[in-house]
Amino acid sequence: MAEKLLEIKNLKTSFRIKDDYFAAVDDVSLTVNKNEVLAIVGESGCGKSALAFSIMGLHTRAKMEGNISFKGENIVGISPSKLNKLRGKNMGMIFQDPLTALNPLMEIGDQIGEALLLHNKELSKTQRKEKVIKLLNKVGIPRPEYVYEQFPHELSGGMRQRVVIATAIANEPELLIADEPTTALDVTIQSQILDLIKDLKEDMDSGIVLITHDLGVVAEMADRVAVMYAGQIVEIADVTTLFEEPLHPYTRSLFNSVPNAKEAQDRLHVIQGIVPSLQNLPRIGCRFAPRMPWIDGEAHEEHPEMHEVKPGHYVRCSCYKHFHFPEESKEEEHHGVS
Amino acid sequence: MGFLKVEDLKVHFPIKGGIFGRTVDHVKAVDGVSFSLEKGKTYGLVGESGSGKSTTGRAIIGLNHITGGNVFFEDKEITGVRKAKSDIRKDIQMIFQDPYSSLNPKKRVLDIVAEPLRNFENLSRKEERVRVQELLELVGLSPESILKYPHEFSGGQRQRIGVARAVALKPKLIIADEPVSALDVSVQAQVLNFMNEIQKELDLTYMFISHDLGVIKHMCDQIGIMYKGRFVEEGTATEIFENPQHIYTKRLVAAIPDIDPRKREEMKKFRAEVNTEYEQAYNDYFNEEGLAYSLKPISETHLVALPEKG
Repeated sequence: MAEKLLEIKNLKTSFRIKDDYFAAVDDVSLTVNKNEVLAIVGESGCGKSALAFSIMGLHTRAKMEGNISFKGENIVGISPSKLNKLRGKNMGMIFQDPLTALNPLMEIGDQIGEALLLHNKELSKTQRKEKVIKLLNKVGIPRPEYVYEQFPHELSGGMRQRVVIATAIANEPELLIADEPTTALDVTIQSQILDLIKDLKEDMDSGIVLITHDLGVVAEMADRVAVMYAGQIVEIADVTTLFEEPLHPYTRSLFNSVPNAKEAQDRLHVIQGIVPSLQNLPRIGCRFAPRMPWIDGEAHEEHPEMHEVKPGHYVRCSCYKHFHFPEESKEEEHHGVS
Repeated sequence: MGFLKVEDLKVHFPIKGGIFGRTVDHVKAVDGVSFSLEKGKTYGLVGESGSGKSTTGRAIIGLNHITGGNVFFEDKEITGVRKAKSDIRKDIQMIFQDPYSSLNPKKRVLDIVAEPLRNFENLSRKEERVRVQELLELVGLSPESILKYPHEFSGGQRQRIGVARAVALKPKLIIADEPVSALDVSVQAQVLNFMNEIQKELDLTYMFISHDLGVIKHMCDQIGIMYKGRFVEEGTATEIFENPQHIYTKRLVAAIPDIDPRKREEMKKFRAEVNTEYEQAYNDYFNEEGLAYSLKPISETHLVALPEKG
């Protein structure tokens, strides 16, 4: 059995809107092991970033219930000073947008050096500079001595993202959370950054939580995948199982709606309706039910639970057993015409 | 022949410098690009950020100043036509990338969609309303929504409003600049399907600008790949994806994440090979300035930027 690094149990993160609290992350339980990439997939608004921020303790005003234990110790509700000792040292985060994650008024070297300064007081100034240059080298930045004295605006998007990664890994964190690390980048740079994250996993034996909406990236990177919809995990499995036998209706719909560069499709599947907003989330019953009205209401559970269908493969609600895509005949007609 | 023909298009932006703000140099955003679009087909323009693909699209429709070259639309020269009410402005329309910033938040849907009609057609209030309702129905929005404001719609719906505005004047060509990049996959599927449907219905020609190769392959018949303001390769979707010839295209196609997790090792090896080839052969495929050579045909539809002698 692999060593557990992070264990989340029944996490509920709620935000206050007017006078009520609404849960953006609702009853999420998962584990991340050492030397493992867990991908969290979902569309915008499904709560995947809210989950990442919860793990890092970056929500200052949210109400958090449940348990997050990092190496066996609970980190929900601990004091900010204790949390600060973990963040940046044991846990690192790569943010989505490298331009907003970097301080525009600080030289690159100082930004990365700051992470070292806060958690490793013994290093002298020259040692710190050496280490920063080593880090810049590691993330594949050419001429690191020169970049050390540059400002964020002088670098391209890909370079900036590398700087963000260098900052996140400065203290060799055991847990790395990457929130859409390559969304803003071109494909060739994306593949370089992904390789870099993979190398880090191997080198440092870290656990990685990769948050993305890109199924291609998931297939390339993940060991296990959790699919999120409307604040809940609806399916969790190892990557090959999930891609070969997706079970939950949402997972299957998602797979069918992506245009694939390798095979041609005539028509993409469209998920009916829209992602519900936080205030309008159906809190009772299967949350995906409104988006597949052609499925009989009887198919859903009253209080959908996660079921282990195979070892390590969990699906929420029993509706997956009855799910089929709508109007198969009409779809076929479309195929016939074109 | 030639529905839209672009010949040796150049768009250079001046770099101002010195105390007098004189032009010290130029950024050659588009540097000698030629291609042509066939009626009723979809042409895809691919490239990484900064390759000049959007500038090309914007130059055709007249949003960027053209430095050199010619653009012909249905055999008429339209280069630098600046007269606002000319027919070209009716025949060529644009769909923008971000449905959140391309619709005026202070205007009702009625006014947004009717704006092109008000510019070009003399309709009474009543006629205008009927037309807008027809257009909204065409894009799958309820006709009652004409009095709503953009913020009341989801991303996919907003992009449909953008499409309704673009097709209001029955254009022949639509330039779509990253129309689905800001959207989630399920919404993206909605917009792409819908664009395909109205293409058939209205006999539209699309010029589709995107950096997402999956989307490009799904939508396009003919594809042009741009790098630093020049074309490196042009061909049909099959030629580009199955048989890329230019080293840059090869690298680009290889970088697409594969959705089969079992092929991971295979892809890793393949990518490493392509990257080594890219580094070794770089000087054979690009000139001293790191720019692509001009396109040479290797088959009827497939053109590759290769140096003068093989």
